[in-house]
Amino acid sequence: MLELRNVSFQVSEGGTGKEIVRNVSLTIPKNKLIVVTGPNGGGKSTLARLIAGIEKPTEGRIFFDGEDITEASVTERARKGIAFAFQQPVRFKGIRVLDLIRIAAGAHLSVADACVYLSSVGLCARDYVDREVNASLSGGELKRIEIATVLARKARLSVFDEPEAGIDLWSFRNLIDVFRQMRESIQDSSILIISHQERILNIADEIIVLKNGGVDHQGSQREVYSSLMEDAGAGGLCDCEGAIRAMGKEE
Amino acid sequence: MVKMDEIQKRLLREVADLHEIPEGAYNIRSNSQSIGRQSSANIEIASKTEVSGIDIRIRPGTKHESVHIPVVLTESGLKETVYNDFYVGEDSDVLIVAGCGIDNCGNQDSQHDGIHTFHVGRNAKVRYVEKHYGSGAGSGKRILNPGTKVFLEEGSAMEMEMIQIKGVDDTERTTTAELAAGARLVVRERLMTHGDQRAISVYEVQLNGEGASADIVSRSVARDHSFQKFDAKIVGNAPSQGHTECDSIIMDEGRILAVPGLEANHVDSALVHEAAIGKIAGEQLIKLMTLGLTEAEAEEQIINGFLQ
Repeated sequence: MLELRNVSFQVSEGGTGKEIVRNVSLTIPKNKLIVVTGPNGGGKSTLARLIAGIEKPTEGRIFFDGEDITEASVTERARKGIAFAFQQPVRFKGIRVLDLIRIAAGAHLSVADACVYLSSVGLCARDYVDREVNASLSGGELKRIEIATVLARKARLSVFDEPEAGIDLWSFRNLIDVFRQMRESIQDSSILIISHQERILNIADEIIVLKNGGVDHQGSQREVYSSLMEDAGAGGLCDCEGAIRAMGKEE
Repeated sequence: MVKMDEIQKRLLREVADLHEIPEGAYNIRSNSQSIGRQSSANIEIASKTEVSGIDIRIRPGTKHESVHIPVVLTESGLKETVYNDFYVGEDSDVLIVAGCGIDNCGNQDSQHDGIHTFHVGRNAKVRYVEKHYGSGAGSGKRILNPGTKVFLEEGSAMEMEMIQIKGVDDTERTTTAELAAGARLVVRERLMTHGDQRAISVYEVQLNGEGASADIVSRSVARDHSFQKFDAKIVGNAPSQGHTECDSIIMDEGRILAVPGLEANHVDSALVHEAAIGKIAGEQLIKLMTLGLTEAEAEEQIINGFLQ
């Protein structure tokens, strides 16, 4: 479905070039949930932005369904079926949650239809549909609305950049369910999630480990996960499992 | 009622959302003449004798009634100053829709200066909507200089919605208000300027009575080479609350000057101002583009939302 061939991305820093993504080649197959993980500063978010077209590679090519989309704009990629959830959702004064979901769906959805997407990310739709996507919403609420806009796109490839960032533990639990449901109903489409979270790694079909801008490891969930766990002592993964269990006990 | 041509009808739709003759009291002014007027049982509209304009008297206790007083100008070169005085009786609750549309196809400037004075009685409520609109391909300018004076008696409230989105070349708006105890003034101004347009908006609000409050919020977009100035001053002379906010998007070669002013003459006067000017954030455009909009469509969505 999506193929990156020898993709590099360089920025100039203090007059010299710094490579954020180095010669990455990988394939996102159809009907899979792929998680890209790895230490901070490893190039994960840049990789997601390269796929969405927000950044353009300095070298290499990107193919979507066999078509070279390296030069395609953000809009063109969106229209070809690539959706992108921002790590830090954007706020808009005056644009309502309903407006954003309608834009995402590319159609004049009824309020009831728009509410389905909000409900699926655990928001009481009635309370949110008319609210502005502005600073009055908390980080967690915004994040869920961001995910709802990606769901509404019904895209062929949905890319989520650290969906767990800024979300409280309760919401995080629901988030896992959202991704699990997406995975179950996957049809002629794929999901790519940038994440540090064990629980998200657990539901992946495949895991790609990105380190120092390059692919360090790629394979099935079982294979990569166990090797990651062996390295866990070296840091990089966040254990919120324990915290969630602790919250469960307080229930 | 005098028959209107299509341009006059279009202007009326733009400034007063009027498709037909309005219900309730109204006065429709076109090219310096009243072309339709109706008083109601509770609202009396009468011409002034010494100057051009009308007196609108609303009986005490009048509820859920409206007054429409739109103005249209379609003759190039017409310049007029009109004085409209509103006397809103105690305990009434009314909607007043004003507004001016100018269509100038000629090469001479057309100008309408509407001076409105509101005397709002005790515990009365007024919602006031004023829209400005200009059209026409002539080189003559479309000029509107509204002056609004508001006197709010004890416990009264006025909510003003001022909208100027399109086609007015030059505006100088001056609004002054004096609030007695417990009175409340809310202003929502929305403005977009294009081309070489110039729009100046000056407010001075005096909070004179205990518990008086004012909230003045302007949202504006300056495009092309246009210039805007927002100068809002709130003066607290009693235990009172005031808030003024100017939030602007700047585009192209536009220029915006925000001059928020606060003056507290009483220790229990709490006054706040906020002003922010900036271009559309790149991330906002990118987010909407990831949803499939082009950059131009994204920009339009952001501006439309902002000016909602």
